[in-house]
Amino acid sequence: MDFRLTEEQEKFRKEVRDFLEGERKQGLWEPSIDSWIMAYDPEFTKRVAAKGWIGLTWPKEYGGQGRCAFDRFILTEEMLRHGAPAACHWFADRQIGGSILKYGTEQQKRELLPKIIKGEMYVGLGMSEPEAGCDLASLKTQATKKNDHYVINGQKTWTSGGKHMNHLYLLARTDPGVAKHQGLSEFIIPKDLAGITTSPIIDITGNEAWNEVFFENVDVPKECLIGKENNGWRQVMEQLAHERSGMERIMANYPVFEGIIQFVKENKQLCQDSIIRHKLAQLKIEFEVARLFMYRVALVIDEGRAPEWEAAMSKAYATAFEQRLAATTLEILGPYGQLAPQSKWTKLNGMAYHSYLSSKGYSLQAGTTEVLKNILALRKLGLPAG
Amino acid sequence: MDLSFTEEQEILRKFARDFFTSKLPKKLLKELEETEPGYSPEIWKEMAELGWMGLPFPEKYGGTGMTFTDLAVLLEEMGKACMPGPYFSTVVLGGFPILDIGTEAQKQEYLPQIAQGKTIFTLALTEPSGSYDAASIKAKAVPEGDGWVISGTKLFVPDAHVADYIICVVRTDDKSKPEDSLTTFIVEAKQSGIGQTVLNAMSGKLCEVVFDKVKVPKENILGQLNQGWNDIKRSIDRAIVAKCCYMVGITQQVLDMTVDYAKERKQFGRPIGSFQIIQHYCADMLTDVEGMRLSTYQAAWKLSEGLPCAEEVAIARAWAVQAGERVIGLAHQIHGAIGVAIEYDLHYYTRSLKACELSFSGTDVYREIVAQGMGL
Repeated sequence: MDFRLTEEQEKFRKEVRDFLEGERKQGLWEPSIDSWIMAYDPEFTKRVAAKGWIGLTWPKEYGGQGRCAFDRFILTEEMLRHGAPAACHWFADRQIGGSILKYGTEQQKRELLPKIIKGEMYVGLGMSEPEAGCDLASLKTQATKKNDHYVINGQKTWTSGGKHMNHLYLLARTDPGVAKHQGLSEFIIPKDLAGITTSPIIDITGNEAWNEVFFENVDVPKECLIGKENNGWRQVMEQLAHERSGMERIMANYPVFEGIIQFVKENKQLCQDSIIRHKLAQLKIEFEVARLFMYRVALVIDEGRAPEWEAAMSKAYATAFEQRLAATTLEILGPYGQLAPQSKWTKLNGMAYHSYLSSKGYSLQAGTTEVLKNILALRKLGLPAG
Repeated sequence: MDLSFTEEQEILRKFARDFFTSKLPKKLLKELEETEPGYSPEIWKEMAELGWMGLPFPEKYGGTGMTFTDLAVLLEEMGKACMPGPYFSTVVLGGFPILDIGTEAQKQEYLPQIAQGKTIFTLALTEPSGSYDAASIKAKAVPEGDGWVISGTKLFVPDAHVADYIICVVRTDDKSKPEDSLTTFIVEAKQSGIGQTVLNAMSGKLCEVVFDKVKVPKENILGQLNQGWNDIKRSIDRAIVAKCCYMVGITQQVLDMTVDYAKERKQFGRPIGSFQIIQHYCADMLTDVEGMRLSTYQAAWKLSEGLPCAEEVAIARAWAVQAGERVIGLAHQIHGAIGVAIEYDLHYYTRSLKACELSFSGTDVYREIVAQGMGL
């Protein structure tokens, strides 16, 4: 047992911090919350790519750095701590690259991974559908094989940052004649194919958070299939574990946490109020436990295992923490808490306002808390299925 | 970072689990609770022979020279078994202060006795105020001739009724600030002037100890004169984390028992564990136990490495107390009425968990430590 980071890891953390602080000093971007999913900045992504920090864990032969998952967690922890606009590359770096590495053909690896690593390929996620949320396997979007290509018809929804993405990951039905889990396949396709249209979904904060994506007779070359046809469910399960497991589930609102601590420090009356002190200390206690959950996920990935229950636990716990963080922050800010980012008199740049509203979705995206608790109960504790 | 246990720790865990499972059936636990000492001297002797009394002490003092993290593993298993007896009092509350702040002569004299299982120690800190701060200590020692004379009442002293020695923190100066006016003494427990009364407590044996002009030679000062509070702090941190280790073991066993029960107990023609609400209760319990284990071992490891860890200790403690209460609450809810029946085993864990939670300060104190660490 050893809770220390290695000297190299501490050095790496500092390197990332210095880079991000340098960017902030230059005024290249303003820190924001949910920056991993809301702040799209292709130029920032290219500068991160130039540092070699996209595909950090992927093998060197494909342009990666061959480093461990724990190092990537350090990197992402710092990105989120600084609220850096990393959304363009986040999904591809977190889960799509890994899928290509595990299930892709040699040609796909040689072609797609370098594009992601260079910060040029941004992949939106096409999983959920209007009638397939928690019950993802009941999705209806069809990919029908026709000679040397597939024809896609259907609709995806809740695709984050859809308008910024130039590629889509797609889970579609390739065999409607078998049980629902058995007829699915994975694809990665360019987003500008004929027949793809998108429509924005505005979230509770007023931002365009997601897109609906419509597919009408979209011809997709068969080379876009990832892995084996009809093996998509098995493949995506592992991807979901990675989707759930990152530091973004605990650090996405760190600027709010830091902001409210600073706000209280600067207000003597609040700072001496033991109730306020204890509220913040309680958040800190919960935050530190969540951080240990996250680090454990990284260690499990480095053992070569998909962090199935560990990621489910850390996400279910940490998103609930982030909801408490937002609610407590608003409570401390009092009436100021309800002022939007652009409002006169707003505090913490309106980040807490945004955080509170968007936190209602944290326990829904990438597996609802209920689905995650099912995973813990059924797969970790071995309780009988209902 | 490495969260895995060493092979040695895994062997220790398995051995301890097997040992307690075979030696300490719940029927015996019930019998022991009703005896005057409250534990089995035979099992105590066997544990000493296994080297467990001296586990964290250096070999030159008769110990096995293992680490505090190793000890944490054993304590966790003791919690899982609800093991009664003065192990915590002797090894953690007695042994560590001697190891941490004792003179070489004191270490040579007392640690081998502890390691051999021949001597039982405890620590008398709290008083009728029920507080764990320096200002609340009113018991006094005044110099007399070549030594000191102690008078006062200590309360909630674990296992004092069977102790051979009591480490006692008392006031030796009325003028300085509370933290700089206390001294720690090693006091022979079975001498005239000391009266122990066992209290009727929820779990374990807690005592009132009255010191009526008890003479103590000056060689028995542990640490520095008037610096007893500051000196013993690290040992208290160890004790707090040790209690967290018990709580990890207790709640793990409670979770295991509850999951087993939910798999077996049928209502409406199906195991209650197939109902989603019960599954989610169990998932919440698992998360709490895992959080407890990670934060506890983080603190234990830092203590083991001699690193500063006030904040980690406070986080482990605050989390364990809060999470422990949630875990036991859900365990009872899932067990239904049988969980509160004396014929069923759950009450051993409910009671000993609460006793752990009520040793040392409540969560407010630890939240305040965390708040200060945040610069508030």
